[in-house]
Amino acid sequence: MDNTIKVGMAELSALNHPGVLVTIGLGSCVGIALYDREKKVIGLAHAMLPSSLQIKNNTNTNKGKFADTAILELLDEMIRLGASRKNIIAKLAGGAQMFTFNDSSDIIRIGERNVIAAKEKLRELNIEIISEDTGGNYGRTIEFYSDDGRLVVKTLGLGTKEI
Amino acid sequence: MKISDFKQLDGFYLDVLREVGNIGAGNAATALAKLMKKKVIMDVPNVKIMEFKEVSELMESAEKLVIGVLIKILGDLPGYILFIMEYKTARLLVDIIMEIAQNPEVASGEFSELEISAIKEVGNIVAGSYLSALSTLTGLKVQTSIPSIAIDMAGAILSVPAIEFGKVCDTVLYIETKFSEGTTNIKGDFILIPALESYEIIMKALGVGN
Repeated sequence: MDNTIKVGMAELSALNHPGVLVTIGLGSCVGIALYDREKKVIGLAHAMLPSSLQIKNNTNTNKGKFADTAILELLDEMIRLGASRKNIIAKLAGGAQMFTFNDSSDIIRIGERNVIAAKEKLRELNIEIISEDTGGNYGRTIEFYSDDGRLVVKTLGLGTKEI
Repeated sequence: MKISDFKQLDGFYLDVLREVGNIGAGNAATALAKLMKKKVIMDVPNVKIMEFKEVSELMESAEKLVIGVLIKILGDLPGYILFIMEYKTARLLVDIIMEIAQNPEVASGEFSELEISAIKEVGNIVAGSYLSALSTLTGLKVQTSIPSIAIDMAGAILSVPAIEFGKVCDTVLYIETKFSEGTTNIKGDFILIPALESYEIIMKALGVGN
């Protein structure tokens, strides 16, 4: 498909059918994919940190950086494109733990915390999570298709799956 | 001084980091030469500031197979240091260290446990060289943890330092290091990730800010 948009770290993007949203090399960040099945509007956020509220020195206004603010911003963007709130469902990917140390450092658990934060925000907004491929210790490339909302998850060495 | 963007940093701070890079590269070249029993030449390192969306493209493609060695910094200057290189670069390096004939077929193979240890050791040496340069310049004491290694997509590995930077600012600072042995060029990148409290400590030690 021609209409392919790359979503980089701390970015988010939404589009009307037809199109594909892609994130390459998702690690500890969480990929939040939202889909309006009827209107075929898709949105993808690539959030780095769980919450905009937990950050000291947060002088920036980069909403895509945090799972909580990224979800809200992405919803707004999709509604602007004609999606209806009640039709929207969610899929999650990423949140891996890339390195291991002998203690439970913050840097190590960030992937897990990102996934938890995304789930909490989606629950609060009453958006159903219909599938996820999260955790583990490996990177993922994700492709989100507008025709049927499938999320293709590719890895190096662990194959490809569809969620 | 609160740091929200490295672009706000004055030239002096970047010059100091570049100087740390220079001294560190010199130290690293000496240490690697010992390990490889060969002459190692190191280029003047390149200090760069990147936006998050550029980070995953640091190794050309976010999907490229790379090796990352992450070391925790303990002592006066808590943080992390990540040494990252392409998989095939690591293969070359290991072959030189272990004196394996450079066979392209072997070059795509997986690393043995012993070879993984050798890569960790290289990461340790190079990271240690930078940290001792930083320690000399600032007068701060630093120690390092046992290295942790990951072999995966560049973007996924680089997300780890990017997230740490994300807690403080919207950019990532890294040092690109090229070293060569004979005709073999080996390129590695360094990302120094100070913990939140370390920025002020570095600045104070360098006499920058208030």
